[in-house]
Amino acid sequence: MSQMNFPTFKYIGRKRRVKEDRRFVMGKGRFVADIVPAGTLHVALVASPHPAARIVRIDVKAAEALPGVVKAFAGADIKADMNSMQHGVDAPNIDWRPLAVDRVRYAGEWVCAVVATSRAIAEDAAELVVVDYETTPFVIDPEEAYRPGSALVHPAHGSNILFEREFVWGPVADDFARADAVERYQVYWGRSSTVPIETFGVTARWNPGDETLDVWASVQMPKYQEQIAGALRLPANAVRVHFDVDVGGSYGVKRGLKQAVLTGSLARKLSRPVRLIEDRLDNMTGGDAHGPDRRFDVELAYANDGRVLSMKLRALDDCGCYPGRSPLQLGKPVGAIVGPYTIGSVAYHAISVATNKTSQVAVRGFGQAPTNYALETGIDRIARKLGIDPVEMRLRNLIPSNAFPYRIPSGSDYDSGDYQTVVKLALEKASYASLIAERDRLRSEGRIAGIGMITCLEPGGGNSAFEPLFNPKNDTTTWMEGCTVKVDLSGAIVCLMGTTTAGQGHESLVSLVVGETLEREPDGIRVIRSDSMSAVPSNSPVASRMAIMLGGAATKAAEIIRDKLIAIAAHNLGAEPSALAYADGDVSVADDPSRRMTWSELVTIAHRKFHLLPPGMDPGLQATNVMEVPLGGTLPTADGVVQMYPCYAFETHIALVEIDGETGKTTIRDYTIGHDCGVVINPDIVRGMIFGGVAHGIGAALMEEFAYDAASGQLLAGSFMDYVMPSAHETPTVKLVEYCTPSPHTSHGQKGAGEAGYLGAPACIACAVNDALAPLGKAAMQLPMRPSALEALIADARGLT
Amino acid sequence: MTEHAIALTINGTLYRATVEPRLSLVDFIRDVAGLTGTHVGCEHGVCGACTVTVDGAAVRGCLMFAVQAEGLAVETVEGLTEANGALSPLQDAFIEAHAMQCGYCTPGMLLSARELLADNPDPTEAEIRDAIAGNLCRCTGYGQIVEAIQLAAARLRQGAPA
Repeated sequence: MSQMNFPTFKYIGRKRRVKEDRRFVMGKGRFVADIVPAGTLHVALVASPHPAARIVRIDVKAAEALPGVVKAFAGADIKADMNSMQHGVDAPNIDWRPLAVDRVRYAGEWVCAVVATSRAIAEDAAELVVVDYETTPFVIDPEEAYRPGSALVHPAHGSNILFEREFVWGPVADDFARADAVERYQVYWGRSSTVPIETFGVTARWNPGDETLDVWASVQMPKYQEQIAGALRLPANAVRVHFDVDVGGSYGVKRGLKQAVLTGSLARKLSRPVRLIEDRLDNMTGGDAHGPDRRFDVELAYANDGRVLSMKLRALDDCGCYPGRSPLQLGKPVGAIVGPYTIGSVAYHAISVATNKTSQVAVRGFGQAPTNYALETGIDRIARKLGIDPVEMRLRNLIPSNAFPYRIPSGSDYDSGDYQTVVKLALEKASYASLIAERDRLRSEGRIAGIGMITCLEPGGGNSAFEPLFNPKNDTTTWMEGCTVKVDLSGAIVCLMGTTTAGQGHESLVSLVVGETLEREPDGIRVIRSDSMSAVPSNSPVASRMAIMLGGAATKAAEIIRDKLIAIAAHNLGAEPSALAYADGDVSVADDPSRRMTWSELVTIAHRKFHLLPPGMDPGLQATNVMEVPLGGTLPTADGVVQMYPCYAFETHIALVEIDGETGKTTIRDYTIGHDCGVVINPDIVRGMIFGGVAHGIGAALMEEFAYDAASGQLLAGSFMDYVMPSAHETPTVKLVEYCTPSPHTSHGQKGAGEAGYLGAPACIACAVNDALAPLGKAAMQLPMRPSALEALIADARGLT
Repeated sequence: MTEHAIALTINGTLYRATVEPRLSLVDFIRDVAGLTGTHVGCEHGVCGACTVTVDGAAVRGCLMFAVQAEGLAVETVEGLTEANGALSPLQDAFIEAHAMQCGYCTPGMLLSARELLADNPDPTEAEIRDAIAGNLCRCTGYGQIVEAIQLAAARLRQGAPA
């Protein structure tokens, strides 16, 4: 991957092996299932078969009689020892427990935990638990759940509405009045997710000697230790979450709160380590697996030249049973509500409702990918109506490159970009004219082919401003991240980060920015993930933030060390710090390089020779930085205007697809991405993120759905036979062109890349499918666009139904 | 449940144990032999994370019982690394192309790729994709995995020791 317009660094941006990879190819990763403290007990779960029911009786006698079973616990057995887990929206009467108490609220909700000396025995015993239920009314359809009179998922909450707010940013009514026309449509983003190959797992060990709880978890959750401690009524300094666990994929979903609260509670009761490794069924029916499930009603007001003036967006999201932080996934899109376009005003009606489904959790992009899909669908519909080429349609609406920083109606400033250049480069890379010729050739043979071209943004490094925006009782204005850098007596460098890692390459990131700053070889820098008691604050790798925030904090900590080395040299060389030059760790007088001190000499002074330190300087070489989000720190205004993200990466996708007229199966014949995330720190990591995001997007667009049977309330996709994901067959080779407009707000000009690919691929494939269907007079308006759905549209168009 | 005494080799080492007939091969590898490089993903034969080779053929460790491996030679990811710690060309190529992110599917992917290259030293991209289509990866989108296998194949053809 060559990157155009790229600033020159010593280490950053160059081909370099990823630090983490060696242990993984050796089979020496340390995943949660690999960590088994002595005496560990195993949990198997009994889950509700009903979408809603009263629990009449739980009989565990037969289960507990099985040899090897230690004890079986129902929700009522552990309730007294804990508080309800907390939600991200104001819903104090929604009691949220690891095991259901009195009622079950979705098919798959955990009712009973059986603890035994092996998982196999625990599973045998779980089958012997008898639960009597009395079924109650349930609701599966979110529009029905939203209407008054619906069955209530949480009667104590008083309604199924978890969050609802109507925002109006800018002169929406005026813009609609002056528009030449309005495009109205509905689209549906199906209930899909990222579904890591590793399920969630956690082991908890209670240490009665010092009254602490050790937690090893396959987790990606901000403020995890505080949330566990709060639920278990422990001080947070009694919970030690070990961050040196390799997480086998997450992409947002591995929240792991109820699992850790459950195992922590059981470990304390039994004074034995207790572990819960979800099997695939546990994971898909009752774990942290489901993602956004969103219906959009959109109105776009536009001029006859194709410019979109204003947008009205109603988004109804089906959260499933317990809210947690999930309704906030309607909040991230506020920070990029107009995408990369000059749309001047927006009305956004955001609704999150509870239904009797498995709870939704955070998914890559935190709600941005569905919103991008909704907007791009409309941009193409207008283009088709006006007879404008989809590329030209985008070019007429993209924010001009001389307009940055660009403030959008909802209050965020976009930092930088040159969208037109990225589009131009991508069109060249895709050979756009030949793609059109190829599509038309296929069509001339009677085949069903289409091209999609979309543009979108990836907001990165957010300040979590959607928390106060969505909950007036929450006045969070920071989403800080910390890093400690230490240089030992030998001159070796160790960096400490305070969160788990799930394949994003954080060790490589930290070693590269610290190596760049101190001008020391990054491969020799050790990066460790400490634990929640020894780490400085982190908010975990969410929101495409680690290059910006962890990279920024590590850089600043390294800068403190570099400044200290320069100060030591200035003192010993008798020169002003400003007269010195720092190179490769050595410090010399700029005008007289013969007067110099080496890295080794300076490090030795810091560690051993107090008499050579400048007066007042502490010995040693270590520094910590805890970084606030750039541009963060302010609360939203009363009308919901707030700066949300410091950095905005841009991407454009171009795809040629063909739909089999007989089977309805979509094949991707060509795929190109133009991408700009500012300065790329490690090229192989960034392109991997993009390729992987595209694969996730293909799944969301064409294959993956946690489908429900509305009549029975049952999940229909509880295995990988039913929840179908892209293999190497369905995922094309992606052509990539990388451009660079540095962010002015970050240490090296970097932006976020962790959600790349996924934010645009579903929209692009949907647009391509609809371009293919357009000659048939058909449109597909919901994801996933399964073969069965497309085949039905094609058959109807051909008069075969 | 009646237990059975079995003996099999894993990476050339003989393991003897008495196990329940329902114990899967992957659970034997992880929990009895203590080799945790092989991972469990779906336990119903779709994801391929538990792929190992048995007498040279790639199989899913979750779909085979340990008792069925009686007397057979199993190889896992740990067997790819030389005793002196040197990586095989395939492992090295996976690092060179950054053919992974979280590393969870990687051991199974390596074993599938190894079986392919043993049979076909010069595979086309389509043949590579076909060989790894039974191994799901949610991180990479497969692009860099295909590159890594192509790279390993080229190096092996040039005489790197397998």
